[in-house]
Amino acid sequence: MSKHNIRVTINGVPHEAQVDARLLLVHFLRDQLQMTGTHIGCDTTHCGACTVVVDLEPVKSCTMLAVQADGAAIITVEGLERDGKLHPLQEGFCQEHGLQCGFCTPGMLMTAYGLLSQTDRPSEAEIRHAISGNLCRCTGYVNIVKSIQYAAALPR
Amino acid sequence: MIPAPFDYHAPGSLAEAIGLLQQHGDDAKVLSGGQSLLPLLKLRLASTAHLVDIGRIPGLEYIKEEGGYLKIGGRTRESALERSDVIKAKYPILHDTALVIADPLVRNRATVGGNLAHADPANDHPATMLALGAEVVAAGAGGERVIPITQFFTGIFSTALRPGEILVEIRIPAPPPRSGGAYVKLERKVGDFATAAAAAQLTIGADGKVARAGIALTSAGPTPIKATAAEQFLMGQRPDTAAIAQASKLASDAASPSADRRGSVEYKREMARVLTARALTRAVARAGGH
Repeated sequence: MSKHNIRVTINGVPHEAQVDARLLLVHFLRDQLQMTGTHIGCDTTHCGACTVVVDLEPVKSCTMLAVQADGAAIITVEGLERDGKLHPLQEGFCQEHGLQCGFCTPGMLMTAYGLLSQTDRPSEAEIRHAISGNLCRCTGYVNIVKSIQYAAALPR
Repeated sequence: MIPAPFDYHAPGSLAEAIGLLQQHGDDAKVLSGGQSLLPLLKLRLASTAHLVDIGRIPGLEYIKEEGGYLKIGGRTRESALERSDVIKAKYPILHDTALVIADPLVRNRATVGGNLAHADPANDHPATMLALGAEVVAAGAGGERVIPITQFFTGIFSTALRPGEILVEIRIPAPPPRSGGAYVKLERKVGDFATAAAAAQLTIGADGKVARAGIALTSAGPTPIKATAAEQFLMGQRPDTAAIAQASKLASDAASPSADRRGSVEYKREMARVLTARALTRAVARAGGH
């Protein structure tokens, strides 16, 4: 199996690493870099718990090879908080009770981050469309939508 | 889940990619967006000794109108199709399709070429491309050749692409005035494969009668199904409720679905009929017929 040297920027920090060809991006983040904020849920491209933002677009990191990310700028849930201050999305999920067990939350946050970086004030329909690839088994989604609306109304 | 080991190649040009495919033959697979192939490799339903990633090759992602065709680069992502103003305005059937392929996160990586070349009869683009009368451009060592979409799907997960060929472009003939199309899919939830789905693309002549009809079905057999008898029936007809009902019946007769968790053979065939009627009705409205 081939090995590859990759360079990626994660939450603004440059990383260089050697990876096996078959290493998935989510395993690179969690196992090689010990950044376990990104979750593995279904592992079959269904649930979206592993969502990270790659070059400004949210993608499922269980369905991307680490080597495919060579040269990319990645944002994970660890990159949302700045200097001890929660990101407006995190603030929204706190204020609007956007999580119960919290397992889907990193993926929800990163999908919402991708949405808000492209659409300043998304409608409820746009929010529901955007998160349609992220499964939550607790909340029924209502409070997740409210949380994202909360963040959309704040200055970012 | 972790794929079985493979060597990964990231060629920087089409020529280099074709060279790698020729060199490794059946031991190589093309990686485009990876949203079908990587899950298969992870589940170990597929394995490969060499993965040739065409994602670093410039010039394969575009949507452009040129020479009477809509041309879509093979590596164009579904999200680009979803956002394209040209697609929204002139090819609503493709916009319909892009919106129901998997989910938005998958569509940020999944590609139109991959959706066709994977040749899963449950994929959504095959039916729309059959309805639109598209052509596929394959690049190989001997240059490019054009394959009519009607000859592209040769069996389940099988296409007319030869070893060493890469799908580089999809060409759709620009529809004449008074054309309209629609894709209607029944899925259990967002991201699921179609229980059944129908694509319809019509052109209505100045006399109010159907001048061209393209109808195809998803998840209705071992390959995407072109509903030829339904198309022929509609030609020269006024596309009224009775004609649409008869065409939908003929389309469902062409379906040979298999039973699975999504439904029985009878249910899927009935849904093919209902969805064909809905797609035709919407196509007529979009063509300005009603």
